[in-house]
Amino acid sequence: MTDVVYEAEGLRISATRKDGSELPIVKGVDFRVRRGQVVALIGESGSGKTTISLSALGYCKPGLTISGGQARLLGQDVTQMSTEALRPLRGEKVAYLAQSAAATFNPSLRINEQVTEAPVVHGTKTQAQADQRALELYRALDLPNPENIGSRYPHQVSGGQLQRLMAAMALCGDPDLLVLDEPTTALDVTTQIEVLKAFKKVIKDEGTAAIYVTHDLAVVAQIADYIVVLYNGKIQEKGPVDVIVNNPQHPYTKKLMAAVRPKPTAVEGDRTETVRDESPRVAAEHVTAGYGKQVGGLPLVKVLSDVSVDVGHGKTLGIIGESGSGKSTLARTIAGLLPASSGEVSLNGNLLPPDLRKRSKNDLRQIQFVYQMADTALNPRQRIGDILSRPLQFYMGLSGRERRAKVQDLLEMVKLPPEFATRLPHELSGGQKQRVNLARALAADPEVILCDEVTSALDSVVGADVIALLQDLRDNIGVSNVFISHDLSTVASFADEIAVLYAGRVVEKGPTDCVLQPPFHPYTKLLIDSIPEMDTSWLDQKKQAHSTSTKDLAKAWYNAESCPLCSRYPVVAPDPANKEDSIVHQISDKHFIECLRSRRVF
Amino acid sequence: MTNPAYQDDEHYVAPFSEDTQFGELKDSAPAAKYRPSVTGWFGILVVGFWILIAVLGPFVAPYGENDLPFPDAYSEFQVPQPGAWLGTDVEDRDVLSRLLFGAGRTLGISITATVMAYFLGVVLGIGAVVAGPRVDLILSRINDAFLSLPTIMLGLVVVAAVGSSIPVLILTAGFIYTTIVFRLARSIGMEIVVMDYVEAARARGEGLWWIVTREVWPNAALPLVSDFGLRLIVVILFISSLSFLGLGVQPPQADWGSMVRENLGALQYGASVVPVVAPALAIASLTVGINLIVDDVSAGAGGKLAKRM
Amino acid sequence: MQALIAKRLFIGLVTMLAVSIIIFLGTKILPGDAAQIRLGQSASAENLANLREKLGLDRPYYQQYLTWLGNFLSGDLGNSLSGDAPISGLIADRYKNTLIVSALTALIGVPISLALGIAAAMYPDSYLDRSVSMLSVVLVAAPEFFTATLLVMFFVLFLGLGSTIVSGSTEGMGLFALIGHFALPIATLCFVIASQMIRMSRAALLNVMASPYIEMAILKGLPRRRIILRHALLNAIGPIVNVVALNLAYLVTGVIVVEVYFSYQGLATLIVQGVQTRDYVMVQSLGMIFCAVYVVIMLIADIAAIMSNPRLRHPR
Repeated sequence: MTDVVYEAEGLRISATRKDGSELPIVKGVDFRVRRGQVVALIGESGSGKTTISLSALGYCKPGLTISGGQARLLGQDVTQMSTEALRPLRGEKVAYLAQSAAATFNPSLRINEQVTEAPVVHGTKTQAQADQRALELYRALDLPNPENIGSRYPHQVSGGQLQRLMAAMALCGDPDLLVLDEPTTALDVTTQIEVLKAFKKVIKDEGTAAIYVTHDLAVVAQIADYIVVLYNGKIQEKGPVDVIVNNPQHPYTKKLMAAVRPKPTAVEGDRTETVRDESPRVAAEHVTAGYGKQVGGLPLVKVLSDVSVDVGHGKTLGIIGESGSGKSTLARTIAGLLPASSGEVSLNGNLLPPDLRKRSKNDLRQIQFVYQMADTALNPRQRIGDILSRPLQFYMGLSGRERRAKVQDLLEMVKLPPEFATRLPHELSGGQKQRVNLARALAADPEVILCDEVTSALDSVVGADVIALLQDLRDNIGVSNVFISHDLSTVASFADEIAVLYAGRVVEKGPTDCVLQPPFHPYTKLLIDSIPEMDTSWLDQKKQAHSTSTKDLAKAWYNAESCPLCSRYPVVAPDPANKEDSIVHQISDKHFIECLRSRRVF
Repeated sequence: MTNPAYQDDEHYVAPFSEDTQFGELKDSAPAAKYRPSVTGWFGILVVGFWILIAVLGPFVAPYGENDLPFPDAYSEFQVPQPGAWLGTDVEDRDVLSRLLFGAGRTLGISITATVMAYFLGVVLGIGAVVAGPRVDLILSRINDAFLSLPTIMLGLVVVAAVGSSIPVLILTAGFIYTTIVFRLARSIGMEIVVMDYVEAARARGEGLWWIVTREVWPNAALPLVSDFGLRLIVVILFISSLSFLGLGVQPPQADWGSMVRENLGALQYGASVVPVVAPALAIASLTVGINLIVDDVSAGAGGKLAKRM
Repeated sequence: MQALIAKRLFIGLVTMLAVSIIIFLGTKILPGDAAQIRLGQSASAENLANLREKLGLDRPYYQQYLTWLGNFLSGDLGNSLSGDAPISGLIADRYKNTLIVSALTALIGVPISLALGIAAAMYPDSYLDRSVSMLSVVLVAAPEFFTATLLVMFFVLFLGLGSTIVSGSTEGMGLFALIGHFALPIATLCFVIASQMIRMSRAALLNVMASPYIEMAILKGLPRRRIILRHALLNAIGPIVNVVALNLAYLVTGVIVVEVYFSYQGLATLIVQGVQTRDYVMVQSLGMIFCAVYVVIMLIADIAAIMSNPRLRHPR
């Protein structure tokens, strides 16, 4: 039993309310972490997973107290130790990696000082030894320019790099136990895989034990040896990763597993030939848009350049890309929230004014925008019933009993109980608020809804329910949907067509199944390959495959005189804006790929 | 995975019933309602007392504010004694009576000025935010110019120009503090108009009136109201300071600030300290009382992490 | 960053111009101009016209304004209306007292208040924090003359030290003698700015100490001293400088009340006199001086805040 690094036994943690009463958060949890083992704590928000993980450092967030049980780090019960007694353990025996490195690094201190600080202050390493160790870690974590990166300030490096630097900060003191709290959740999929790979490599090389907190089962499958499934402060199921992934027993674990979307593949052949009427419901053509002053008809900061998309009646167009690719901007341009600098937006073939203030009430009604964060999209001072009533009154002039009846219909449509009409938004959970958000858009009886990352702020289980609801609505009321997401597997699960956005350009567009099968745009390929699979060996395979195949393929392609697609598909049109470095390949009637040679290589 | 010897094989499944629903968990418990602490209650008591006095003062005062109740008294500056519980002042008037008369004046001027500042500041501040960047820029620049002047200087310039009277005092203080309320209302409004629900209302096609009254105002009201107390303190101090300098409420009308001034000069000739202390203490207890309430309402914020160090 | 500072300096300059216009126009809205005031209500129309011409009051406002501003900048503050003495002469006699009291208040008050504020933030809810907080809650809301009265009662009337007014020449006094001479005014102002500064610096530091990177520093097992001095204080410099500036600027108000309370001769008593005698030339000139000091202090705070921001000091 000497190889047990950490052991929680009957651990209870509770919050103290303002009136002095106690609210249990963690209700008696047992698990142990052995040397060299990665134990994952998985559950949705509110399950107590972060709280449990922090107890390994003898720490509780303000307002919480350990109310019972033991948390033994290397045999010592940290729940009974004073802050002074804990100081030499923290950063030395056990180290913490937080979700947001950007907030966790002190903006006023150089990176190297923060990375080497713990062992130097604790006196276990001299500054020179710590610097040496830090340099080793920068190299091991694949950080660019390892010799100099430490002399920079946190705001001078990228988010993905900062996340890895935080791992260096945690590992610099050679701790016996690492606590990782959702360290890749805030990252783009393509960055996530890089960081995940770096973490896994360092953990294995160093032989450090780790507690890995996440809500993402697919990520857990890659990195964990043992999984603890939590719900509402209690362990529902725990076991070796193979057992949990391949043979879950508890209904909650099964529910979690069901929410994981399979890797998107082009199997359902019916989506290659989407039959649709020739005139699209809503279309954006050659749209260029951005922020800042207009200089010569172009915005100062150009986010979208010459983008064309359209969506047919009752169809779903998925728009995918990483943060900063311009996908939200595209939706905002269609809605008229951000007027396009050039290009056209049309509804049922009729041209719409770029600025929503110039659009007619009926035009506004027909295109409804659904925001990502239901928290900020619903006025906290209005009751749900009032929120849903307003569009009914504003657009249709409904009032009295008729309007109340319609509000009930809408609530039923999004599967919320009728008594919610009298509640305020803060009385609802995140998923319920997102349903209200959706219902408000539906209240206008629109032709098209623009869903901007509507599931990204939700836990996977809750998000899956919202997706199911959206599918339902599409099938039943025939509303067209522009669905924006950074998550390809979510989009692929119900979009008819997919447009891949990269750096403000549509680099590939076509029916879902065409996009998901070769030939690929290298960026599409990178996105597909970055989606973690529930296969526990996926990341290990990716270790070779990912870096050699996709990235190098992309590089090769961009450096080649002509791209591999050129010999196989007709070159349709060079991009009028950048004649030199852009070529469009028409793969089929509906499917095209744009090759942006000599642009940034990801 | 790499070393099977490290493997912990235990597979535990918690007892469950098949029909358990694993609903979405709620993140936070609702915030507890405000309950005054001991100091809070003390503040409420003191402020309540003064408001009562401000209204009833003239009716319960033993003498008129300019009565000379002791025409036969030989010594000036009488020390407190039965009949003149707070003594008499340099002009042989009863200090207690003047204090009771002054309460309504001091509080009345200050509250009226603060309400005026709030009305103008909120209307202009939120209006500037909602009306768009051009209006906002113009109003903000003008406001910044006034804000870069010390308030007492503005007060002095106005009083130098038009002389002092109660309406002038109210308008001056009201106008000066409009600038500060404007800035506050604008910054609160700014935080609200960038919210998606306001954009959603614009996207729906709502007009300016709806956006201001239904979307912005209900969310701005609470933080603005909680600042009212602090602003009232500052206005009371401003009015009292002007009166103390002899530039506020003019004699023979009684006001707490001018009462301090009237009786201060006699101190060096060995007069009783009570006629100076009483009005000064009245102002201090009123403003401190308000501050205790304000402080109590906003208590408990911050400092939690520092305790874990 | 240089560009940003240059921009601030420019805004400061524009502000000063705006302030001068406000002050100039503020004294122009009054009924009765300088000629009227000087000659009295019974003056004949002819005499008034003559004096107006002599003083340049018959010219358009903008010309009067430009002349006034030009003269002000070249050091000619004009003559007071009541005594017809040059204002610069009146100021020369009195500026020392005002300056000495303000400077000594800053010198004594600022370090003590910051030390107390930071100490209170380091040990929230401790005995020290509670007592310091309670004291400042009471003092922050009390008017200057209440604090002054308490001090007078305690020192002069109870202990028999000093006097209720400050009088006599300060000629040839050393630092400690000056502090002794102005002990009560300085003490009053120190209490007034200290209560503000303690509250605000405590809040500023606590705000920084609620940051995730402070939690990280705790989780790295760093000693308390290092967390506060290296991690928290470095990020609180900007807000704290701002707190100091705001309170020094507040001295402009405080010093007026204190000079009147202890009835010694300073710039503030001069401006109050000017207002009472409706000597608007004096109010204009002194108002400009006070406002200029105020604007400069705020400007310094602004620039300090910019310079303490690592994102601006070390651009990408």
